[in-house]
Amino acid sequence: MGIEFRGVTKKYPDGTVAVDDLSLTVEDGTITVLVGPSGCGKTTSLRMINRMIEPTAGTVLLDGQDIRESDPAVLRRGIGYVIQHAGLFPHRTVLGNVATVPLLSGWDRRKARQRAAELLETVGLPAELGRRYPAQLSGGQQQRVGVARALAADAPVLLMDEPFSAVDPVVRQGLQDELLRLQARLGKTIVFVTHDIDEAIRLGDKVAVLRVGGRLAQYGTPADVLRHPVDDFVAGFVGKDRGYRGLSFLSAEGVRVEDVPTIRVGSAPDVVEPHWRLAVNDEGEPRGWLPPDSTVDGELAESDLVAGGSLYRQGDPIRGALDAALSSPAGLGVVVDEGGKAIGVVTAHQVLDVIEGHPEGVGGA
Amino acid sequence: MIPELVDWVSDPANWQGTDGVPARVLQHAGYVALALLIAAAIAVPLGLFVGHTRRGAVVLVGSGNAIRALPTLGLVTFLFLLFTDSFVAALIGLVVLGVPPILAGTYAGIQAVDHDVVDAAEGMGMRGGQRLWRIEVPIALPLILGGVRNAVLQLVATAAVAAYVGLGGLGRYLFDGLANFDYGEVTAGAILTALLAVILDLVIAAVQRALVPKGVRIATAGRRAAGPAATEEVVA
Repeated sequence: MGIEFRGVTKKYPDGTVAVDDLSLTVEDGTITVLVGPSGCGKTTSLRMINRMIEPTAGTVLLDGQDIRESDPAVLRRGIGYVIQHAGLFPHRTVLGNVATVPLLSGWDRRKARQRAAELLETVGLPAELGRRYPAQLSGGQQQRVGVARALAADAPVLLMDEPFSAVDPVVRQGLQDELLRLQARLGKTIVFVTHDIDEAIRLGDKVAVLRVGGRLAQYGTPADVLRHPVDDFVAGFVGKDRGYRGLSFLSAEGVRVEDVPTIRVGSAPDVVEPHWRLAVNDEGEPRGWLPPDSTVDGELAESDLVAGGSLYRQGDPIRGALDAALSSPAGLGVVVDEGGKAIGVVTAHQVLDVIEGHPEGVGGA
Repeated sequence: MIPELVDWVSDPANWQGTDGVPARVLQHAGYVALALLIAAAIAVPLGLFVGHTRRGAVVLVGSGNAIRALPTLGLVTFLFLLFTDSFVAALIGLVVLGVPPILAGTYAGIQAVDHDVVDAAEGMGMRGGQRLWRIEVPIALPLILGGVRNAVLQLVATAAVAAYVGLGGLGRYLFDGLANFDYGEVTAGAILTALLAVILDLVIAAVQRALVPKGVRIATAGRRAAGPAATEEVVA
């Protein structure tokens, strides 16, 4: 179900213009991210889709139909809505929260609760959490419940207003992965608001950069916005690291994965070796590095190791490979397979060679 | 004073008839209950309206404070002179004094409901009434009932004072005792009034425990303990 903004303006009585003549088409089944600094009208734009805010001029079309023709409450029941602090109902259990829209839409209680239980699983929450109350959940869990609640009525459109910005970075990344995984399965039309350009690039099929005063500065794919910012505002907003960020769109094909001497945690290293050795556990997962010339008394324990850098999963964009190499104490980025097993290493040098030889270039220019 | 109190309490005549303790306690509780019902019938809808629409809050807070500043005895006496009927005068006085705490509690309770929660409810397609009754009222219940509790304490005390214009209830012991220089009776009246206040307060506290949704209690307790109850992240 596509969404179209046609010359939409929102002007407040005091003269403030929140959104200025916005025209934008959100394609069916894609994630479109509205990104920009505070005061750029991104949240206002989002809230005009479900009539939480009415535009002063222009029209918003949902699936080709002017949304003003629908009763706001009915319209909203057909659009999933996720907000920053989840906004869970504290007096209802997790299941009760998730079942809200189905119940409003007149489903019977049993069917609604059954649907809610399914959705907990969909967003990766254990079923026993269903009986808990929101105050008994962590921030990340609350956000997942918020997503489940928005999905409950099987709405084809999902509006997400900075849904992950109140959780810590590690949890945020988990939630972003989860959203992409869900989207691959569900194919919703998602409009996502954030002020975080990294999040926009990670999640968006398309990114709309808005500037203060509610004007659309640029609309395109993330790679496009990074490589060819239309003006200084966009270039400034996507940031100084955009060359590095552009690597998120380059494949790592051609990077050679080299063998590395490994040593098993728990084994007794009887020889001293003059080079770094990658410590792995019994499953072959990397645990850290043993520095050159180190001696170990008895069995190798994790406390003998130097902590490793980030891990690069084979098949991911080249940005991860470079980061793994740069963050490794040994200068060797650890490459793992799907199951997390170490399969070799890459050096920054090799990665850069591949980047320089890439036909699409490095971004920026 | 203590021996006089003991004499008064141990006199079986004081426990019987229309002037006996059981009758006076019931009478007193009856005034409080009636005034409370009328006050709540006025204050709760008004508080819900102002809290939900956020309209008229300034007028409401201002007039609430003004009423609270009224001298109780003066008000009841004035109403008695106006209506020349002690029951009507006392009842109106009690209602006037019972309204502000309930109004303030209701308004504050609705207004304190987390903005995100209300926003989510609206965004999910709840209509105004559904939002009020399914979301705002259950969450505001601790503060609404807190207002009722305050009102009850005030009503018990004021009903005693209203005996000055001839109302029945426990206040009779105070004023009749004073008139007859029977300090045992005065003391007994004061103690009984205080006891009634404490018992009614306990009753409402129990009602509060029974009515406030479990999730709201957990949330309030969690906030008091600084931070959410659970922090560990369960990742599937």
